[in-house]
Amino acid sequence: MSTQTLSVHQPGAAIDAVDFNVEKVRADFPVLRERIYGRPLIYLDNAATSQKPDAVIEAITHYYRHDNANIHRGVHLLSQRATESYETAREKVRSFLHAADAREIVFVRGATEGINLIAQTYGRTHVGAGDEVLITAMEHHSNIVPWQILCEEKGAFLRVAPINDRGELLLDEMKALLGPRTKLVAIAQVSNALGTINPIKQIVRMAHEKNVPVLVDGAQATPHLSVDVQDLDCDFYVFSGHKIYGPTGIGVLYGKAALLEAMPPYQGGGDMISSVTFEKTIYNKVPHKFEAGTPHIAGVIGLGAAIDYLEKLGINAIGAHEQQLLEYATERVRAIPGVRLIGTARHKAGALSFVMDSIHPHDIGTILDQEGIAVRTGHHCAQPVMDRFGIPATVRASFGLYNTKDEIDSLVQGIEKVKEILG
Amino acid sequence: MADLRDMYQEVILEHAKAPRNYRALETPDRKAEGFNPLCGDRCTIYLMMQGDVIDDISFQGSGCAISRASASMMTQSLKGKTTREAEELFQNFHNMVTGRNHHDQEAQMGKLAALAGVSAFPTRVKCATLAWHTLQAALHDEREGERKGEREPITTE
Repeated sequence: MSTQTLSVHQPGAAIDAVDFNVEKVRADFPVLRERIYGRPLIYLDNAATSQKPDAVIEAITHYYRHDNANIHRGVHLLSQRATESYETAREKVRSFLHAADAREIVFVRGATEGINLIAQTYGRTHVGAGDEVLITAMEHHSNIVPWQILCEEKGAFLRVAPINDRGELLLDEMKALLGPRTKLVAIAQVSNALGTINPIKQIVRMAHEKNVPVLVDGAQATPHLSVDVQDLDCDFYVFSGHKIYGPTGIGVLYGKAALLEAMPPYQGGGDMISSVTFEKTIYNKVPHKFEAGTPHIAGVIGLGAAIDYLEKLGINAIGAHEQQLLEYATERVRAIPGVRLIGTARHKAGALSFVMDSIHPHDIGTILDQEGIAVRTGHHCAQPVMDRFGIPATVRASFGLYNTKDEIDSLVQGIEKVKEILG
Repeated sequence: MADLRDMYQEVILEHAKAPRNYRALETPDRKAEGFNPLCGDRCTIYLMMQGDVIDDISFQGSGCAISRASASMMTQSLKGKTTREAEELFQNFHNMVTGRNHHDQEAQMGKLAALAGVSAFPTRVKCATLAWHTLQAALHDEREGERKGEREPITTE
C-alpha cells in the first residue's frame, strides 16, 4: 500500500469515523437546505466542486466588510490587516501540505493555472526539441493540454503511461517510458473520472532515480487525503480551493524553493518586482515573483478558512467517512443489474463512475436530477479515459464530507427509477 | 414526475431503441458530422439530393435517447422535402424545443411534436437539436461527400 492511502486506512482513522457526526456537519452548509423540485438536495457532484460551509462564507464577507484593502504596500491599518490575513492563509496552506517553508506556496487561480504556470516557466526553460514530458492515461484535460501546448512550441513529445482495465497505472510500463529525454513527469494523485489513487511516493522515487522532477495534480486528492509534500518528495504540487470547500478562483502551486527560485517569472506586473527602471527590472523573491498584480485576496482568506474547517474536523476523519461512503456506494450500485462500474482500482477515493446497459448517462442524469440528486454526466474533462474504456461518457457520483448512506440509498432508488422509465 | 414522462414519451423511447434510417449512405451527395462537446454525443448525417429535394436521408452516431430519437424522427419527416422546407421545419422545431412556439404551430409539426416536452429541460435542448444542426451543415455544404475529412465536425457549442 502506498503511503498516501494510509491516511484513510489507519487504525486511528476508523475510530475518528465513529466520532464523525455527519448530521452536525451538514448544518454548517447552508446550500444543503435547498430543495430541488420540492425534494431535498442530494449533492453528489463534489469532484466538480464542493459546497461551502458558513465559516468560509463568513470569512469572505468579514474581509469585505471590515478589512478590504490592497496588500503588501499600504502603510495604513486596513492594508496591514489585509496583508496579515493573506500571509496567515499562506502559512495555513504550508501546514496543510506539510511544506517546509511558506515561500514554497504560490497562490494561483486553481490547479489548472498551477499546471500552466509550470509548463510556461519550468517547462519552457527545461524542455527542448526532442525532449519528452511523461503523463498518464488517466489525466484530466488540464494535465494534458498545457503539455501539448509546450511540446508543440518546443518540438518535444508527450508520452503517456498506460492503465489497466481496473483503471490502475501500469508502473512497469511507466518506468520503461522514463528515458534520457524525459524532462518532467506530470500525474494526478487521484483520478477525477475513475477515483484511482496513484502511488505517488513510489512514482516520485522512480522518476528521481532518473533525475526527472515530478508535478502532482492534487485537485482530487486534497479533499480526501492528508497530503505531505515532503514525504511524497514531489517537486511541484497543485490543488484548487473550491474542491476543498473553499471559494472558486483560488488555488495553490507548491514548488521546492530551489526550483521556484531558479524559474523565470510567469506574468509581469506589480508585486512581482523589487525594483523597476526602463533599463532593468529586478524581480521580487519567491513566492511573490509568481504573484503579479493584485491577487484574489478574499479567495485566499476564504481558502484559509476552508483549511481551518477541514483541520477542525480532521482530514483523517473526513477521509475515513468518505471511504465508508465510497465502499457502501460501490457495493450497492454494483449490485444493480445492468450497471457497470468504470474504475475499479484497489485504492480509490471520492468518485464512483458507472454506465448502464443501453441507457445513456445524459438520460440518467436528467432523471436523477428530477429526484433532487446532482451527479455529473459526460466525459469529465477526461476524454482519453473515456476512449480507453470505449465509452462516450459515464455517470459520476462523487462524495464529500457531508454525504450520508441515506443519500446513497436514494441514489440507488433513483437508478431503479431510471430503469423503470427507460429500461 | 409528469414532466419526465412528457419528455420520455413512448414514441421517443421507441425511436431511441430502434432508430429509423440508421445507416450510412454509400455514395451520399452531402454529408456532415456533428458533435456535442458537452456530453460527447456524435451524429453523422447523409443526404441524397434530387435537385433541391431530399431524396434520401440517413444518420449514424452515438448519443442519448433524446438525440437518437430526434435524429430518427428528423430523417422520417424530411424525405421528399425541399431545402427550404427543411430549414423552415428546423426553425419551427427549434422554437418548439426552446418553448417559443404556440400550440397551433406544434400541431403542424406532425410526429416531431412528441419532442415538445424537451422545452421543460433546457439542459437537453442541444441533445434534441444536434441532428438538425448537423443537417443544416450538410445542406449548406454541397458535395461534402467528396471532401470528407477536410472539415471539423459542426458543434452545438
